[in-house]
Amino acid sequence: MAYPAAYKYTKEHEWISVDGTVGTIGITDYAQNSLGDIVFVELPKIGDKLEAHATFGSVESVKAVSDLYSPVSGTVTEINESLTASPEVINTDANTTWLLKIELTDPAELDSLLSSTDYDTFTAEETGH
Amino acid sequence: MAEIVTSPPLHENVKALRKTALNATHRQHKASMVDFGGWDMPVTYAGLIAEHMAVRTGVGLFDVSHMGDIQFRGPGSLAAVNQLCMNDASRLQVGQAHYSAMLQPDGTFVDDVVVHKLSENDYLIVINAGTREKDIQWVRKQVGHMPGVHINDFSDYYTQLAIQGPKAEATLQKLTDTDLSVIKNYWFTWGKVCGLYNVMIARTGYTGEDGFEIYIPSDEPTSGRVWGEVLAAGAEFGIMPCGLGSRNTLRLEAAMALYGHEISDTLNVFEANLGRYAKLDKPSFVGREALLEVQNTGGPKKKLVGLEMIERGIGRDGYPVLSLTGEKIGEITSGSPAPFLKKNIAMAYVPIEYSAVDGEVAIEIRGQAVKAKVVALPFYKRPKKTA
Repeated sequence: MAYPAAYKYTKEHEWISVDGTVGTIGITDYAQNSLGDIVFVELPKIGDKLEAHATFGSVESVKAVSDLYSPVSGTVTEINESLTASPEVINTDANTTWLLKIELTDPAELDSLLSSTDYDTFTAEETGH
Repeated sequence: MAEIVTSPPLHENVKALRKTALNATHRQHKASMVDFGGWDMPVTYAGLIAEHMAVRTGVGLFDVSHMGDIQFRGPGSLAAVNQLCMNDASRLQVGQAHYSAMLQPDGTFVDDVVVHKLSENDYLIVINAGTREKDIQWVRKQVGHMPGVHINDFSDYYTQLAIQGPKAEATLQKLTDTDLSVIKNYWFTWGKVCGLYNVMIARTGYTGEDGFEIYIPSDEPTSGRVWGEVLAAGAEFGIMPCGLGSRNTLRLEAAMALYGHEISDTLNVFEANLGRYAKLDKPSFVGREALLEVQNTGGPKKKLVGLEMIERGIGRDGYPVLSLTGEKIGEITSGSPAPFLKKNIAMAYVPIEYSAVDGEVAIEIRGQAVKAKVVALPFYKRPKKTA
């Protein structure tokens, strides 16, 4: 599976795409595939402050529930409201289905995240392939 | 994202996972495999919801070879089975099966089982995978000394396939000359299936649907061949290979108990709503005195109920059940989205005073109290056959 090279990744399986000081966050294809059929996404509210590596919500499939962790610190500026009605679109295209957008507090935090090739290696190790 | 918690729970610290004869076949079908009670089993193939729906509307195929099979043979076999299990095996006719359970002396569960009467003086009980070793030791300890009974563990001799769904009969009928339409629910027979002689064909299952369980030799080539032939026979009905994920959601919709969840060695038969299977008029069986005691002291104090979420959220296994005033009154034993019903459902033990249908409770979901209501069980009942 190709992970977009322009994104940064966490070991908790989120991706972040940054445009200026606005970060767009989603979960990776590896994550959606591990979870299976996604049926529920719980997200914060606009204006909430997120801390790097702290949980900000959860995503649930039929068989599993998993916390969402913010890759970096920031303030929520936008929520993907369409996920309330159709969370399953994450299964169809995890790379472009975003969860929320944040105004970054400290863009330097991005440097500690994984590149697409690092993330690919990391997930390959996790699955033992 | 961090850890991905799956249900049914995974067992840790298992060094070597056991494999069924279909292990390589599952991997060829690109199943995601999990450690289930020490067994390397498929949790899902193409998708849990699709597999669940295939069983409700067409047909699905499960490998359930990890289940155990214990045979009781000899003139003392009926006495042994009846001492061991709470249902009354003397009511069974040859070719008939029933749901039963082995109890501890205190009336709690060792395991739930299905007892088959193979012939006079010959019974087969099917036990759970995760409890196999414990069960077999228990069986030998309780009835191994009884006269006239030989107890054999046949667990590794059979590949057990479950073909489940409204199109299960049409699928399996293509592979056998045995007239399946005359086999009643919870009855079985022997026939030629996929060219194999003497295959036990039982109209049983664990999905809430019509369906069959067949027992074939457990060598890999035979198991793999039959698996493939069943899938080919069911292709016109959209058959799907199904994993433990859909097995769990299907049995939950049908409100069937799972050992370690609804039943365990701390819950008694009446609490689990399984009192109708306990034949207290039998003179003796392990656990009988304890059940009589419960009955004579006003019945159980808590009860298994069905819950349906009113507010947004999914109650999962182990989540606390609260009264509307916030007091913890119980715990979810199994909870999940119900793919066919399209509701979020759960089973939980609550005090009797909270068990009335339509009563409201709350589920604590990650610190939030989310409202749910008590509903009648089962959540799902299959439609009656129309001709």
